[in-house]
Amino acid sequence: MISTLGHFVLFLALGMSLYAAGAAVYGARTGREDWLASSRNAVLVNWCLVTLALFLLEYALITSDFSIRYVANNSTRGSLTRYKIAGLWGSLEGSILLWAWLQSLFSALVVARYTDRHQAVMPYVQAVLQGICAFFLLVMTFAANPFAPSFPVPPDGRGLNPLLEVTDMLVHPLLLYLGYVGFSVPFAFAMAALITGRLSEEWLKNTRRWTIVAWLFLTGGIFYGGWWSYRTLGWGGYWAWDPVENASFMPWLTGTAFIHSVMIQERKRMLKVWNLVLITLTFSLVIFGTFLTRSGILGSVHAFAEGPVGMVFLGFLALVLLFSLGLIAYRADRLKGHGELDSVVSRESAFLLNNVVLIGICFTVFLGTIFPLLTEAIRGTKISVGMPYFNRVSVPLGMALLLLMGIGPLIAWGRASLNNLRRNFVKPVVAAAAATAVLVVLGVRQAEALLAFLCSFFVVGTIALEFWTSTRTRAATTGEGFLQAFAALLLRSRRRYGGLIVHLGVVVAIIGIAVSSIYKVEHEVTLKPGERMEIGPYTVQFNDLQAGERPTHILVWANLTVLKGNTPLTELHPGQRFYPNQQSPFASVDASYHWNQDLYTILSTFERDGSSATIKVMINPMMAWIWIGGCVILLGVLVAVLPERRLAMLTARAKAQPA
Amino acid sequence: MTWKKLLIPLASVPLILLLAYGFRTDPKAIPSPLVQKPAPEFRLKAFDGGEVSLAELKGKPVVLNFWASWCYPACYEEAPLLEATWKRFKEQGLMMVGVDIQDKEANAREFLQRFGFTFPNVPDPGSKVSIDYGVYGVPETFFIDRQGQIVYKHVGALTPALVEAQVQALLKGK
Repeated sequence: MISTLGHFVLFLALGMSLYAAGAAVYGARTGREDWLASSRNAVLVNWCLVTLALFLLEYALITSDFSIRYVANNSTRGSLTRYKIAGLWGSLEGSILLWAWLQSLFSALVVARYTDRHQAVMPYVQAVLQGICAFFLLVMTFAANPFAPSFPVPPDGRGLNPLLEVTDMLVHPLLLYLGYVGFSVPFAFAMAALITGRLSEEWLKNTRRWTIVAWLFLTGGIFYGGWWSYRTLGWGGYWAWDPVENASFMPWLTGTAFIHSVMIQERKRMLKVWNLVLITLTFSLVIFGTFLTRSGILGSVHAFAEGPVGMVFLGFLALVLLFSLGLIAYRADRLKGHGELDSVVSRESAFLLNNVVLIGICFTVFLGTIFPLLTEAIRGTKISVGMPYFNRVSVPLGMALLLLMGIGPLIAWGRASLNNLRRNFVKPVVAAAAATAVLVVLGVRQAEALLAFLCSFFVVGTIALEFWTSTRTRAATTGEGFLQAFAALLLRSRRRYGGLIVHLGVVVAIIGIAVSSIYKVEHEVTLKPGERMEIGPYTVQFNDLQAGERPTHILVWANLTVLKGNTPLTELHPGQRFYPNQQSPFASVDASYHWNQDLYTILSTFERDGSSATIKVMINPMMAWIWIGGCVILLGVLVAVLPERRLAMLTARAKAQPA
Repeated sequence: MTWKKLLIPLASVPLILLLAYGFRTDPKAIPSPLVQKPAPEFRLKAFDGGEVSLAELKGKPVVLNFWASWCYPACYEEAPLLEATWKRFKEQGLMMVGVDIQDKEANAREFLQRFGFTFPNVPDPGSKVSIDYGVYGVPETFFIDRQGQIVYKHVGALTPALVEAQVQALLKGK
């Protein structure tokens, strides 16, 4: 029943989005408002239909209706309801349905927001967004039907991979999808600008907020994924340069470049083609990423099942690239920039360099990701590109980026005077050098760490100086109190100061990444009950092994006591989870997390009779800073995008409350 | 539009061709080190109460299939083919053994009943046999010749053509 109905609804939705796209273009060409209105309605109906399909599949998942193949593959009777719900994005077909739903939702939001504005471009924006939506619906109706029936109907389903049965599964994929889909909105506006020839800065202004919100979700998704991996996967890391991780990182890099380079166009009318290329690249990389995850052409822990879907995605990627680059080529004559660089020592050139570095990193990551494929195509041998390559290339580029982050926001537009340079940079440079010298005195000797600290201190110095001088100036001229002046400043140029807060978050995260990777300590030993091991200032004592049955698995865990000197600090219980449906056990990490370091334990192997256990213990210094940095970035973006009135209300309320 | 401008979109063509080439390769294709090696011995109690020992089957070609009741849909797809192959070739001396791994007994028996398996099937307590054979995911099928050598390993659901070819080759072999 649901099977037929669901598939039918998907067909209807496909028809509706094709109609919406067609009617929008026809209405715009002929100038007929009734067709445009009809197209807008079709966008909304399309959203309702995809929502219905989504509910049907969720209903089947929640009620364990194994007559649907997707449900049988991605859920079991024993699962908690929330993981049954999460089954929607646990595998190929469902994740495409979720994607299509978000795509139709974003289309509807755009239509609802701009019903009577930007009438020249809106029909084409609608057409592009609905075209993308139609693609995902097409995939489901013809290549990966989430409502395909199962025959014979199995007594129980296979369920999600146990690694996915954690609450993080409810957050990380959704954030990423919101980011991915979000970037389709600026892409659609860019395409509409190219089609209509309205190539001024209008499309940038319209999409600024959409872009930043998409960037926020993508950033959040990437950070959250790292956090999830770190806490649960049991290898003590958060990023492995896996093809699918790279697939989310590449659009992030180009998207970040885009957010910066649009500022040059807004200010100086330069880089028009470049901005169009960047947003095209960002969206193409999003599709490229989904293609990688769903085609199975590269081995990855994240990969979905293989199937004809890969071919369809490749076709779509080709279409997107040829269509958008073709449009840029078509309009190339009208895209001549107005300005030129006045001086190399200017904000424009700092931003340009930032773009070059970001694209450089993106290209490096791209090359590393597809290199196995490249060598196999050319030389017929299979090689793999591992973490050393990515780390070696991205660390120096990351440092360059960090440095630019300090320079870019404060250097003057046009041509920076010596006075401007002196005023903004002398103090931060001196302070950073002094702070780094203190670290050397304290015993830090690693060149890489010192360089990272030097750059970080410099950026923090510039940001602090900027906040300090602006606040002081405002307080002096308006007579406001210091805090009040600071808040008013944040409110008045939210984009600028939100951006600086984001930079601060990036610095905090980079310090965490640098210190945790350089000063990580790791020991693995086999212990008998009662035996101890030393790591750093700690002693870890293995007491005994225990086992117990959990609703979905059997858990074996080691009881560890952590001591410092002879004082017990805490108990840790790393374990292994054994699932009836799975070949190998899954790690169950236990750690004690602190702001300055994590003590992280993994149960590697054990004797069944409990006579010994092999335990891996790591000290990861300043790991928390990565996640704190992520939160600061979130805060900065919120400052930058929250609507004026909302923020004013919040500050008014804060003021009303006595501190 | 001039030819020069066409170069912009055409720049993406090599990439697309490279990605398309990717479909011809299989990143997971890692040849099993067990092929051309003697099949590891096991002796286990079958679901129907008998005992199955691989050593005692020497002299007969064996199709050794790893399955599980939770392995949907692949194991469900190939199950009828296995039973049909068994019925067709057992008179000619073919032996077939199913190994059920990581399963609950009740579900496994339901699976056996549903497909009416008449060849011997054994559970694999402690996953010993599947570890010996390096089974990564079900279904996996090993084709073992009369000397007890593994000649072929297949991952995923079997197809009629593949079974036909492998079994005929096994039966012809010494």
